[in-house]
Amino acid sequence: MSKPRSIKLTVNGTAYEHTVEPRLLLADFLRNTLGLTGTHVGCEHGVCGACTVLVGGDSVRACLMFAVQADGCSIETVEGLGSIAQLNPLQEAFREHHALQCGFCTPGMLMTATDMIRKYPLATDDEIREGLSGNLCRCTGYEHIVQAIRAVVARNAGKVR
Amino acid sequence: MKPAAFDYIVADSLEAAVAALAGAGGEAKIIAGGQSLVPMLNFRLLKPSVLVDINRIPGLAFIKESEKTIEVGALTRHHQIETSPVIAKHLPVLGCAMTHVAHLAIRNRGTIGGSLSHADPAAELPMLALLLDASLEIASASGRRTVAARDFFLAALTVDLNDGDIVTGITFPKLPAKTGWGFEEVARRSGDFALAAVAATLTLSGGAIAQARIAMTGVGPTPRRAGDAEALLTGKPLGPDLIEAVIKLVRAGVEPESDLHASADYRRHLAGALAGRAVAAAWRRAQGKTA
Repeated sequence: MSKPRSIKLTVNGTAYEHTVEPRLLLADFLRNTLGLTGTHVGCEHGVCGACTVLVGGDSVRACLMFAVQADGCSIETVEGLGSIAQLNPLQEAFREHHALQCGFCTPGMLMTATDMIRKYPLATDDEIREGLSGNLCRCTGYEHIVQAIRAVVARNAGKVR
Repeated sequence: MKPAAFDYIVADSLEAAVAALAGAGGEAKIIAGGQSLVPMLNFRLLKPSVLVDINRIPGLAFIKESEKTIEVGALTRHHQIETSPVIAKHLPVLGCAMTHVAHLAIRNRGTIGGSLSHADPAAELPMLALLLDASLEIASASGRRTVAARDFFLAALTVDLNDGDIVTGITFPKLPAKTGWGFEEVARRSGDFALAAVAATLTLSGGAIAQARIAMTGVGPTPRRAGDAEALLTGKPLGPDLIEAVIKLVRAGVEPESDLHASADYRRHLAGALAGRAVAAAWRRAQGKTA
């Protein structure tokens, strides 16, 4: 009744080709079809932000997009940021500032932060909090996440000077 | 929570999209940004047999300035409007409103055509379209038509669109000279839908208000203009007594509903308070001051 379609896309630089049912959510495609379980699924209706990934460089909710829509797209997930042996600067800042406890929200936090650091000046902590308001964390109280992002913004500003 | 099965059609042109809609005989839904549609599909509140994806239609995402108007393509993403220098210059109230629309990841995908077609009773964009006397361009297999925003919003989540219709663009008249604006919203959390929000523009002439526009959202099934308050303001300079009168008129003129998020009384209170703040900000901006 709903015809499977063939899609080609790249995820973290690797090219994939798969046949998917149109109703398959991008989040489920990443996790179940590709085995990239770093992207977490919380609410499945766009509220919690845990499944945030980058599509063409822009943060999106992977539960609010179908895999078929990503045909031809370049996707980045948390697995693309760094490795356990070599964390990227944002991940390293999260580690330094204890910006996670259970870790469920962390992939979404990292991908959201990646996009907002690029798109907004984040001159104040209020702006960082505003930027994080679409990502729910039940452990940290957000304070240490704000500090981690603040540290990255400060370091990037130092580099520019 | 997974959607029911559907067939998926990628429209690569407007003609293909309206043909697909016409062919589906009312069983199809258009997917643009999908930020309201996909949650409804995931919850199975909607089970269309066909999704027509319009994201790949070229030429539907643009912000075009003409002498008297700004035209915005239906596929223009919220983040594009939020960051557009043309919008910041000519329709700053719209740019401000966009920062209140959900969160960056939603604004990266969500589209103006989708938001207006969905018409959530607490959304910002329908209110802005109404405030700014915008008009919507609509296409179908049988032709094109233009509908004024004031005629477009019919009831909660219900607009003047037939099954085969697709919004292609929105035209906003530029703000007149000597016009100030205000935008005020109260939501439970940053990025949530508004409990109530009010946007206003005041155009001055000779120290008095020549034209007042006040629009509200969250306080009824559709966005609405505060016609009584607009009429009261016209021809007068703004002062504390007049602001008080506006607040009273707005509160008397709305009939909000109670729900999980706020009582009707609180929403009525907010509508007045936010209208007072919005016209005060518009008055200050109209005189070249910061709000």
